[in-house]
Amino acid sequence: MKIGVFVCHCGTNIEGTVDTAAVAAASREFPGVVFATDTMYACSEPGQDGIIEAIKEHKLDGVVVASCTPRMHEPTFRRTLERAGLNRYLFEMANIREHVSWIGKDREANTNKSADLVRMAAAKLLKNRPLFSKQFPVNKSVMVVGGGVAGIQAALDCANGGLKVVLVEKDTTIGGKMAKLDKTFPTVDCSSCVLGPLMVDVAQHPNINLHAYSEIEEVNGYVGNFEIKVKKKASYVDWDACTGCGLCVEKCPSRKATDFFNEKLATTKAINIPFPQAIPKKAKIDPDFCMKIQKDKCGVCAKVCPSEAIDFTQKDEFITENVGAVVAATGFDLFDWTVYGQYGGGKYPDVITSLQYERMLSASGPSEGHIKRPSDGKEPKNVVFIQCVGSRDKSVGRPYCSGFCCMYTAKQTILTKDHIPDSQSHVFYMDIRSPGKLYDEFTRRAMEEYGANYIRGRVSMIYPKGDNLVVRGADTLMGAQVEIDADLVVLAVGAEASVGATDLAKKLRISYDAYGFFMEGHPKLKPVETNTAGVYLAGACQGPKDIPASVAQGSAAASKVLGLFSQDMLASDPQVSVVDIKRCIGCGKCIQTCPFGAIKEIDFRGMKKADVIETICQGCGICTSTCPQGAVQLQHFTDNQILAEVNAICRF
Amino acid sequence: MSDSLNYAYYPGCSGTGTSIEYDMSTRAICAKLGITLNEIPDWSCCGSTPAHTVDHTLSSALSARNLALVEKMNLSTAITPCPSCLTNLKTATHRMGKDEFRDDVNKLLDTPYNGGVDTKSVLQIIVEDMGLDALKSKVVKPLKGLKVAAYYGCIMNRPPEVMNFDDPEHPMAMDNILTALGATVLPFPLKVECCGASFGIPRKDIVMSLSGKLLDAAQDIGATALVTACPLCQMNLDLRQDQINSANGAKHNIPVFYYTQLIGLALGLDEKELGIDKLCVSPRKVINDIGAEDAS
Repeated sequence: MKIGVFVCHCGTNIEGTVDTAAVAAASREFPGVVFATDTMYACSEPGQDGIIEAIKEHKLDGVVVASCTPRMHEPTFRRTLERAGLNRYLFEMANIREHVSWIGKDREANTNKSADLVRMAAAKLLKNRPLFSKQFPVNKSVMVVGGGVAGIQAALDCANGGLKVVLVEKDTTIGGKMAKLDKTFPTVDCSSCVLGPLMVDVAQHPNINLHAYSEIEEVNGYVGNFEIKVKKKASYVDWDACTGCGLCVEKCPSRKATDFFNEKLATTKAINIPFPQAIPKKAKIDPDFCMKIQKDKCGVCAKVCPSEAIDFTQKDEFITENVGAVVAATGFDLFDWTVYGQYGGGKYPDVITSLQYERMLSASGPSEGHIKRPSDGKEPKNVVFIQCVGSRDKSVGRPYCSGFCCMYTAKQTILTKDHIPDSQSHVFYMDIRSPGKLYDEFTRRAMEEYGANYIRGRVSMIYPKGDNLVVRGADTLMGAQVEIDADLVVLAVGAEASVGATDLAKKLRISYDAYGFFMEGHPKLKPVETNTAGVYLAGACQGPKDIPASVAQGSAAASKVLGLFSQDMLASDPQVSVVDIKRCIGCGKCIQTCPFGAIKEIDFRGMKKADVIETICQGCGICTSTCPQGAVQLQHFTDNQILAEVNAICRF
Repeated sequence: MSDSLNYAYYPGCSGTGTSIEYDMSTRAICAKLGITLNEIPDWSCCGSTPAHTVDHTLSSALSARNLALVEKMNLSTAITPCPSCLTNLKTATHRMGKDEFRDDVNKLLDTPYNGGVDTKSVLQIIVEDMGLDALKSKVVKPLKGLKVAAYYGCIMNRPPEVMNFDDPEHPMAMDNILTALGATVLPFPLKVECCGASFGIPRKDIVMSLSGKLLDAAQDIGATALVTACPLCQMNLDLRQDQINSANGAKHNIPVFYYTQLIGLALGLDEKELGIDKLCVSPRKVINDIGAEDAS
């Protein structure tokens, strides 16, 4: 093999602490190397052209580029090789930037280490063999998990692009958190008026199949060919028959069921439809509060239902959907603020969450848009808002900023003034974070036009005094302690990963961070991809996000899916495990350890053997280190290739 | 069970003077409840507030000296009635968890202390080691009709990672004890508010304002007595109640008990033993009213 070595300056990133010309000179002495040079930017157009010219001029059949991490530019240089007519796997990269120049200042030591890394890469390259992708067909349908605004947007964009969409929503209606909001910032337009039409579009779109009150049970398969088991939870109502007329809800005598849609501000009927614009508009029985299910009494709903849809014996049902891609859009949940003893820990009824306040403001909420204190139903005049409750607070394990609370708090102060003109809002804040189009102007409006009293500081204590609450905090700009008599306290609770997010991540085989938010493929350049092919992200499941950002991500994820499905066949990655059938003893250890279910047992002339399903294998290599016989080898990372690198570095 | 209720006892300096009734009542109820108190021989001051505000190492050495004495007694737990002493003992232990700091402290001591002693409040061992059921079973004179506000002060439970006892914002230990004694415990919103502490000397106005708020809040909820577990809190609220009244134009007349005194009354102990006569605001009427509803 004739190897060419290209040592990149990366401007001064590498050249600043590595003598790249010396590395190139040293490389010329390594086995197989016939050509070596340093180059200003290997990844630039002239840099790549230089590699192609050298391949042709020196008849190279393998290339080493010593530059940066392969994460970004390995695909770049592999394409360069292909343009020059070489197989893309006859390429190795030595990372002399992240592993050398950025971490040490000793130029001589750095130069020596860089040369060693090039020596390893060249030694491995000598053992490399051309590898070829296989083609496999794509199922051009997509599953969107989560029917909040991000999932709705992703589903509609995919469906409008001609794809079949399966939308799975765990609640009985789509709409997510946005459906609970009264108004949106910075326009103060009605949330359900904006979202409602989109929800209707979902219901009516011929390409969208909606499974509400359903959850993902099991995910098998791989990009282009996922097989997903969906649990349709028992609603005790036959939804094919239910027309959503609401007669059952009207007549149900059990009134104490938990009203999750109204954030537990009120109670609801044991059989209920969460809100008038629900999609699908179907009734569901809460079995904990149904007298028929609990005590075998009542059954009024079944008697009044004109379409005989009530089925007290309904069980969970499982269905299987085959799709080619998945968009996770599972959103967020609210931080449980009751850990804050200083805010009463849940003892005081007039300390509520921002989302509860939102339901209070909403005309479809339990108080029909009138702000009323939970304790006595009185209209509050002094409303205190506390920001960063469960955000930017290491002491409760939530060091991150939830991003949207500053904005919705400003909105809520404006709405408070609109609802109760003689009211006064007070906002305790840490910093006002309002980067966004018309966002900062909006917070200024809350202060300047609506007279919200912004106090920079944290609240140390809320305690009852008579019928009211005293909110004590610091005013750090004045260097003073403040105490405010409040009729109502609204906590701007932060966002956290939704309940069950990590379980779903495990099923989808995607990564999540320390807080349970799903990990994107690259923090800047792959914001909606994951490291699992065919699985994409949209909305707050990836990190707290406001509505515009969630919608943008929904569309972005859809465009990725449409791009993926623009091809009829997909190429598999040939860097997969291969079983040497002569060495395999059929012990099955690899089958047990494979995290992707990519190895199956086969019968080979009456003998048990392992066999790798190429399209499922992700090339993690766990099987290769598990196999007691060394019978499984990961292509492009074989034992021989790795040992060649080890030998190159351990010469003395 | 009573075999296990055996502790080294650290009375603290105020227990020999300004809060002698706290010490008296603690010893009296422990004797009655089968809790053995072994006073640490030759114990010395914990350093109180002045020491730790000036020098952490010297302050910790004062506490560590006492803990080293406990080690010699072959007892694993030292208890004290005073939250301020407890804070110093616990903070010293906490800080001495770091090798360098421990070495610095031990250089100052004849007998080095290596951290084998657990420190707790008398309140904590009554609730956790003895238990409320055991306490309740020994009550002979329930405090029926006594409407109390339990006031813990700011340092009994805080900082939580050092004190490691009860809820730092809403402690319940005394509430639960008083309920077990038959008293009516009212929800006191300022349980862990500061009384002004030792500012009574340099800035009396601060104590007038802070302790005044506590008395106002107790009155607001209809308490006829305040119950404390801290000598300084008790002194500010009781001894200075007249001063607070004249500073704030108030007319409070709320007796301020140590919780140990009320346990003693419920156990049927003699008022003299409990130092009831040491209280400044007379508790006579309140005590006489206990159980009065029954009689009528």
